[in-house]
Amino acid sequence: MGTGRVMHDGAMSGVYEAKATDLPVLLPIAEKTRRAAFIERREGTYRLNMQPRHAVWVVALLALAIGTAQAATPEGLIGPIAAMWKWAGFILVGPEGAFTGFSLNLIISFFAMVIGSVAGAALGLMQISLLLPVRQGSWIVTQFFRNSPWLVLLFTIMLLFPFEIDLNPIGISMIIPVPDWMKAVIGFSLPVMANISEIVRGAVQSLPTGQWESAESLAFSRRQTLWMIILPQCVKRMIPPWINWYCILTMSTPICSIMGVEESVTYTAQALNAEGDRPELIPVFYGFLLFIHFVYTYPIARWSIQLEKKFAIKT
Amino acid sequence: MELFFADYFRELYDSTGWNFPFLYEQYEYDRMLEGIWVSCKLIVASLIFSLVVGITGAWAQGAESKIVRYLVAGYIQFFRNTPPFVQILFFYFVLGNLVPSYDAGGYQVGYIDSFGWAVISLGFFAGAFNTEIFRSGIEAVPESTVEAAEALGYTRFQSYLHIVFPLAFRVCLPALNNNLVNLLKTTTLAYGIAVPEMMYTANQIWSDNVNVSEMMIVLFIFYVGLVAILVFGMHKWEKKLKIPGYG
Repeated sequence: MGTGRVMHDGAMSGVYEAKATDLPVLLPIAEKTRRAAFIERREGTYRLNMQPRHAVWVVALLALAIGTAQAATPEGLIGPIAAMWKWAGFILVGPEGAFTGFSLNLIISFFAMVIGSVAGAALGLMQISLLLPVRQGSWIVTQFFRNSPWLVLLFTIMLLFPFEIDLNPIGISMIIPVPDWMKAVIGFSLPVMANISEIVRGAVQSLPTGQWESAESLAFSRRQTLWMIILPQCVKRMIPPWINWYCILTMSTPICSIMGVEESVTYTAQALNAEGDRPELIPVFYGFLLFIHFVYTYPIARWSIQLEKKFAIKT
Repeated sequence: MELFFADYFRELYDSTGWNFPFLYEQYEYDRMLEGIWVSCKLIVASLIFSLVVGITGAWAQGAESKIVRYLVAGYIQFFRNTPPFVQILFFYFVLGNLVPSYDAGGYQVGYIDSFGWAVISLGFFAGAFNTEIFRSGIEAVPESTVEAAEALGYTRFQSYLHIVFPLAFRVCLPALNNNLVNLLKTTTLAYGIAVPEMMYTANQIWSDNVNVSEMMIVLFIFYVGLVAILVFGMHKWEKKLKIPGYG
């Protein structure tokens, strides 16, 4: 009773551990690929791999777009730099005090990450529950949201979630409006939740079972073992993929422009429209968009890579 | 021709309010099938294109020229670290503008339509990952294995076909599967440039029939089902192709 035996000892375990052999068939890179594929499967996404020289490329691309646009600007119209300067504020923060544009991308990604992480942690702990129905139920929920395309989830929430919540039936005289961006937050938090849940489960299972057994021999209860021994060790392993997920999520928020949420892509299109849809400005404006996304994501992605190195198990 | 299950679903609508018009109306039925067909075409086409890009990229990465290698590395990093949705928009709106167009009765139509651009951008997106995957697969086969094949009288081509490729492919397979599933889910983004695939068709149907919840259920069944079939099949395949004594 109460042993921490790993549940769901599914098809995945043992896939990536190579056995020592006298006759190596393949070079070490095969092992690396295998391991990377296994980690990717558990984390539900690839790792962003941003390096300092990428900054040079992004700036070079933007400069190239501006340069060609400069040459193609017809007589009497404002140049690409002037146009970009004119609309930069609008794309970044929207009209005065509106907090739309790129700032809305950040707001959506922040709240979606908070909700997704809390819900995902709970769901992940349910996945290692000793009660079979809880375990199976949470597994189904996790797999469902992990394997649905983001756009389908977003559409579902955008169209089926009420545009206001009436609290009168429960005795509070208040109506909470739910604007589109809040629905987008919920829509994005669902896949994040499912993937965090899987990361939590994976982290718990990746600990050697000896930890559970030692704890049991010292008379720790299951709850104590989990909170005082297992989870503190898991946190370290979970932080790098968690940060990576935040970057992926931030990069994915432009999808909600399809539903007309007033974020950076929507505003870029509007700004281009206001400039008369000049074809030479299109690469400049989208290049600018790419640039601001890069400037924001780059330090975070780098931090994740550093933490990964720092937390790596020394062998 | 009346659909043979039409009566059942019409009655279901009358009695419960669950409206699946594409199961009892010929017009919606055809539209739905068309959407499914376009979706499948999109998935298969971008998959094949991504494999072609991956093989080409992996080959180019082994090139003598340093410039070629840098270009391929730049390509991989660019597509890995930027949002796929913005990539699709970029291909469609920026490059789509540069492609010559013809006059289709009053308005200009590009030679590459939105479907084509979706395949190209999704193919390049997944191809960036495939390039890395294939390269690692080829690198994993030791020189001595090739030499052993040579010693047994294999020609260069034979040793590639019978020795190097089977080993490299088995190394690639798990990573390739991940990428494939990711690509399948990413194809929905083609909705953003109005490719008439499953999402788009479902949107048309719910706009005409006001049955959003029912169509959402259909979408979930379609995509989660597709992913499930793919993952199941791939797992089976991976197990079958497992290298004996390795892992």
